[in-house]
Amino acid sequence: MNLSFALTSLEQGLAFALMALGVFITFRILDFADLTVDGSLPLGAAVSARLITAGVNPFFSLAAALFAGGLAGTITGFLNTKLKIAPLLSGILTMTSLYSINLRVMGRPNIPLISRETIFSITEDWGLAYPWNNIILLAALIIAAKLILDAFLNTQLGFALRATGDNPQMIRSMGISTNSMKMLGLIISNSFVALSGALVGQYQGFADVNMGIGTIVAGLASVIIGEVLIGEHSIVVTTLGVIVGSILYRFSISIALNLGLAASDLKLLTAIIVVIFLSTPRLKKILR
Amino acid sequence: MLVIKDLTKIFYRGTSNENTALNNINLTVNEGDFITIVGSNGAGKSTLLNSIAGVFPVEKGKILLNGKDITCQTEYKCAKNIGRVFQDPLSGTSPEMTIEQNLSLAISKSNNLSLKWGLTSYKRKIIKKHLKKIDLGLEDRLTTKVKLLSGGQRQALTLLMATVADPGLLLLDEHTAALDPATAIKIKKLTAELINENNITTLMVTHNMEDAIKMGNRLIMMDDGQIIYDITGKNKDNLTIEKLLKMFENKHGSKFNNDRILLSV
Repeated sequence: MNLSFALTSLEQGLAFALMALGVFITFRILDFADLTVDGSLPLGAAVSARLITAGVNPFFSLAAALFAGGLAGTITGFLNTKLKIAPLLSGILTMTSLYSINLRVMGRPNIPLISRETIFSITEDWGLAYPWNNIILLAALIIAAKLILDAFLNTQLGFALRATGDNPQMIRSMGISTNSMKMLGLIISNSFVALSGALVGQYQGFADVNMGIGTIVAGLASVIIGEVLIGEHSIVVTTLGVIVGSILYRFSISIALNLGLAASDLKLLTAIIVVIFLSTPRLKKILR
Repeated sequence: MLVIKDLTKIFYRGTSNENTALNNINLTVNEGDFITIVGSNGAGKSTLLNSIAGVFPVEKGKILLNGKDITCQTEYKCAKNIGRVFQDPLSGTSPEMTIEQNLSLAISKSNNLSLKWGLTSYKRKIIKKHLKKIDLGLEDRLTTKVKLLSGGQRQALTLLMATVADPGLLLLDEHTAALDPATAIKIKKLTAELINENNITTLMVTHNMEDAIKMGNRLIMMDDGQIIYDITGKNKDNLTIEKLLKMFENKHGSKFNNDRILLSV
């Protein structure tokens, strides 16, 4: 494994880290297995790519992607809290409809961004040479997002959100609507995921309608790797673990590819890794 | 302050399982009342508390809290003015969050949620002061996750959380039933202290006849969805378990059928 391989893994890990944080918010904090992410990741990429080809500033396209992701989260939240559709199915329904919506947004299945101005080409113009422009920009964005998330989760509203996934009965007793909290969590989560999608799209140089397949599993793998490495700690450390988990996940994928594994087998491998990690506590109990 | 008018709750209406859990209940609870509620299995005790707390809509009747109609509001809206403690010691706290984070939520209950810090040094001081009251040494374990506490400690914390924001009304639903006897005694003592200190109007469902007689200033006996006795003042002071069971048999025509009560006599 050479240096450029390691750098690529680091960049990918950072670009996908926001997605992992989004999955962390729904899966761990809200206890809501939200499959919307498989649709909101390409949504972010689609919105960003479409705006860039229309001549919009690439940084502004990130904000638009963030907003679009929030809308996707709102839809899932509406299906679940107002129409009382089960969490899993709510996510699947939004994800499925997003496939059509993403095609509409892009106007075609794939938008190449290779010769276009992106946040990475802009930073290169600022005088930062590759790969530092990519790494510094991504790291700065991810650290900023992480710090904002940490701060939010330590506000009164953040406490309420955390307790909602933990004990909804207690939150209702405290006079707080669990439905509003779920909605809020889904909006934040999918905003993060869509922003991640926009970063990934600009980083890899194209947006593709199929780029979201398996997002939830990759996100879960990142969250779980972070948890296994770091264990139970405060929010600040846990979110750092998720970011590190995302980077390590991309590293392990690179290694697997380097060892001669076909790219098409990766999703199977990821799923198996997640199954092993998720079942470890149970297996330990049985073996004891 | 709490007025209940013609309250009727029917479960599984229109099916063969139709069950009138509350049948035209009328009750006026005065400010500062501490009412204990006893009754046989299925008498409607918990249904009464759940109706007041807005857990489910009722078929008929009105519930007024401090003159405000709170009938059929959703649970979380009612909860703004109501503190609740359940039988299950795990149900009132967030296990993955710390003691201070849990109490922080309880203290800010009366305010709207905001983006202010959940914990400040000032708030920590208040939290410590409150925790000292329950005398379990929890004031030195502010950052301990609640899941690491015992059932009794968690129930004490829940009780504190339910009373700390000075609710207009406190609903206790057999809140010591799942605890071991020694812990149950401690929690009962704490209950009386917290209620007296803040003069909180309280409804307490219990299966323990002795507690029902000893605690509070008023005793209500329910049977088959109705209030069959409402005993206050001297009459309550002179009550004994035998008298209470006799009264029930006179009215009901058969022996008291709450197995847990009989076992605890």
